[in-house]
Amino acid sequence: MDLCYTEAEEAFRDELRAWLNSVLGDIGPTPADHTDLEARRAYDTSWQRILYDAGYAGIHWPAEFGGRGSTPTEHLIFLEETERAGAPYVGVNFVGQLHAGPTLIAEATPIQQSAHLAPILSGDHVWCQGFSEPGSGSDLASLTTRAFDDGDHYVVTGQKIWTSFAQVADYCELLVRTDPDAPKHRGITWLIMPMDLPGIEIRPIVTALGAGEFAEMFLDEVRIPKVNRVGDHNDGWRVTMVTFAFERGTAFISEIIASQRLLADLAGVARKVTRGSARASDDAEIRRELGRLEAELDALWSLTKRNVSQAQRTGMVGPGGSVFKLAYADARKRMSQLAERILGRAGLAIGDTLDLSELDHVGERIYTLTLTIAAGTSEIQRNIVGERLLGLPKDR
Amino acid sequence: MDFELNEDQEALAEGVAALCAGRFDIETVRAMATDGLDRRRWTELAETGVFSLTRPESDGGLGMGWADAVVVLEQLGRALVPGPLVATTLVAALIGSGGDDGSEIAEGAAQGTMVVGTQERSPGRCYVEFLPWIDALVISDDEGLWCVDAASLSTAGAAPAAHPLDPLTPVTAVAELPQGRRIADADTAAQWRQCGALLTAALQLGLAAGATDLAVEYAKQREQFGRPIGAFQAVKHRCADMITRVEVLRAAVYAAGTTLDGNGVDDPAHSVAVAKVLASSAAAACGKDSVQVHGGMGYTWEVDAHLYLKRAWVNDHTFGDGDHYAEQLAAGLIGRYQ
Repeated sequence: MDLCYTEAEEAFRDELRAWLNSVLGDIGPTPADHTDLEARRAYDTSWQRILYDAGYAGIHWPAEFGGRGSTPTEHLIFLEETERAGAPYVGVNFVGQLHAGPTLIAEATPIQQSAHLAPILSGDHVWCQGFSEPGSGSDLASLTTRAFDDGDHYVVTGQKIWTSFAQVADYCELLVRTDPDAPKHRGITWLIMPMDLPGIEIRPIVTALGAGEFAEMFLDEVRIPKVNRVGDHNDGWRVTMVTFAFERGTAFISEIIASQRLLADLAGVARKVTRGSARASDDAEIRRELGRLEAELDALWSLTKRNVSQAQRTGMVGPGGSVFKLAYADARKRMSQLAERILGRAGLAIGDTLDLSELDHVGERIYTLTLTIAAGTSEIQRNIVGERLLGLPKDR
Repeated sequence: MDFELNEDQEALAEGVAALCAGRFDIETVRAMATDGLDRRRWTELAETGVFSLTRPESDGGLGMGWADAVVVLEQLGRALVPGPLVATTLVAALIGSGGDDGSEIAEGAAQGTMVVGTQERSPGRCYVEFLPWIDALVISDDEGLWCVDAASLSTAGAAPAAHPLDPLTPVTAVAELPQGRRIADADTAAQWRQCGALLTAALQLGLAAGATDLAVEYAKQREQFGRPIGAFQAVKHRCADMITRVEVLRAAVYAAGTTLDGNGVDDPAHSVAVAKVLASSAAAACGKDSVQVHGGMGYTWEVDAHLYLKRAWVNDHTFGDGDHYAEQLAAGLIGRYQ
């Protein structure tokens, strides 16, 4: 076991830091209006372009597909340093960079790859994800958006939900039902859907945070050319699962670093808030909970390094990712509770805690609700851990 | 960076696990609650290198690191091996052979001929662990480490408690700790506390993992309503939470061991505090959950779940409890704003 970085890894970190230092001064803050998705697209894709021009785009993509071909550890360093430096988030580029792109690398034809991979890396193309449906959340494979065979086209009708940034996306990775009579995992097909086709209607969904990046998407006889199919007819479930092989334990690195910053800020708030004659930081219960959360975040950073090391050795992470997500979501929810206790009535507005804090602990408290829901609810994660890691029997 | 066990560490873990399976089966371990420490088997631990592992090579030890030691202690905790494992390892690791007062004890500890306990000095009456089992007691305080002959303490009217919290951790109420003879300076005492907290956290990791294994095996076999109880999400999810605590704790303990060896990027005191805070909550929580998964049987003497839980409770109060280290971490966080 060795937590020290190699000379090559340290050199990579130094070079990256120097570069971030040289470019971040010219990057403005994220657009203030969270509902202006066009502005967010412009902001996020211009950062992607800067990464691309400097050779940092697709850090984890293989070099033959235009990526940097970095090791999992270099990927960890990249995410750690960009977060510590306050660089913009992957934002609207998330699906293209981390999901659709890797899927295309693994499963698409050379023609499809040459059409799509470079524009994803350069920030020219934004992708969204058309997987979930109103009736198919945790049970994704039960999806019912129907694709009928019509010569050299599929004709698609149905409804998708949680399609983040659909309003400003160029392409959608779309799962459709091509054989309703086959077992549910064997009648699904994976399609590239251009978002400018006729028959696509997008309606924004406003989240509990008041933000509008979520959308639902109504598809009414959308004609998608068959050349846009990735993988075989009815083989879309396998194509979708292949992407998970790209997961290298790096998914929450930005979150962990950001959480440590939040906790440090919260400790600062605890020193400022007074109740009667005492400060919140004089309250042993509050202090110890701060200490416990510090321990948990530190351990989760170590667990990240374990998962990344495992990926570096074996190429996979396995259920370690679910273990991480369960523990991380729990720590963040407890941190939210602590923030609520410390802030008291200063926490009654999002984005302004009466000058007590630098960071938005109130907005974070609401955002934290998603951590046990998005990308597989904690209930589903516990099933995965129980069945795949512990070998407990299925309840079916 | 490579935060996976190396081949030697994997072999070490397997070797100690095999030794425990063969020589510290649960019947043997349980018998020590009435018969006392099995000295022959303790010597076998020493012969395997458990106590000389972190002793410097110049003192005849194996000269391995704290990261190796935590891998070993984890396995010993998992098997519920009783006795002052941490103190005996520490004395062999930190007290040299160079002629000072403690050298004979350290030498004996490494070879398994001396069983050594420890106690943080506090005024007034206190419970001393393992007194009937040990040859020497090392008392730590801010000035250094002090050694007392165990027999002299036992004859001073101290009687072992009839019902110790953990049946495999005998405790004796002692009216007042004697000063003892000084065997190490304040710096070594500080190191003693830090490494002791780390090794205790490693034992706690093993206890958490062992309690989880026990619960998961039971959940696979025990049937109610016509199916294994582990198929029910209420039980399955409890088991998932148990292994989640174990994995997070394991990352913290391994990181602290690695950091103490100088192969980390963090401050050693910080990483040990992190490990001990998590060990304190995870081991007891897994013990309690293991009792719960076993239902009524979990509350019996016969099922081992209570042994994991009780040992976890005892270890929480060894080398500083979770609250102590949480305060230490909080002070670091809050201090940045002073």
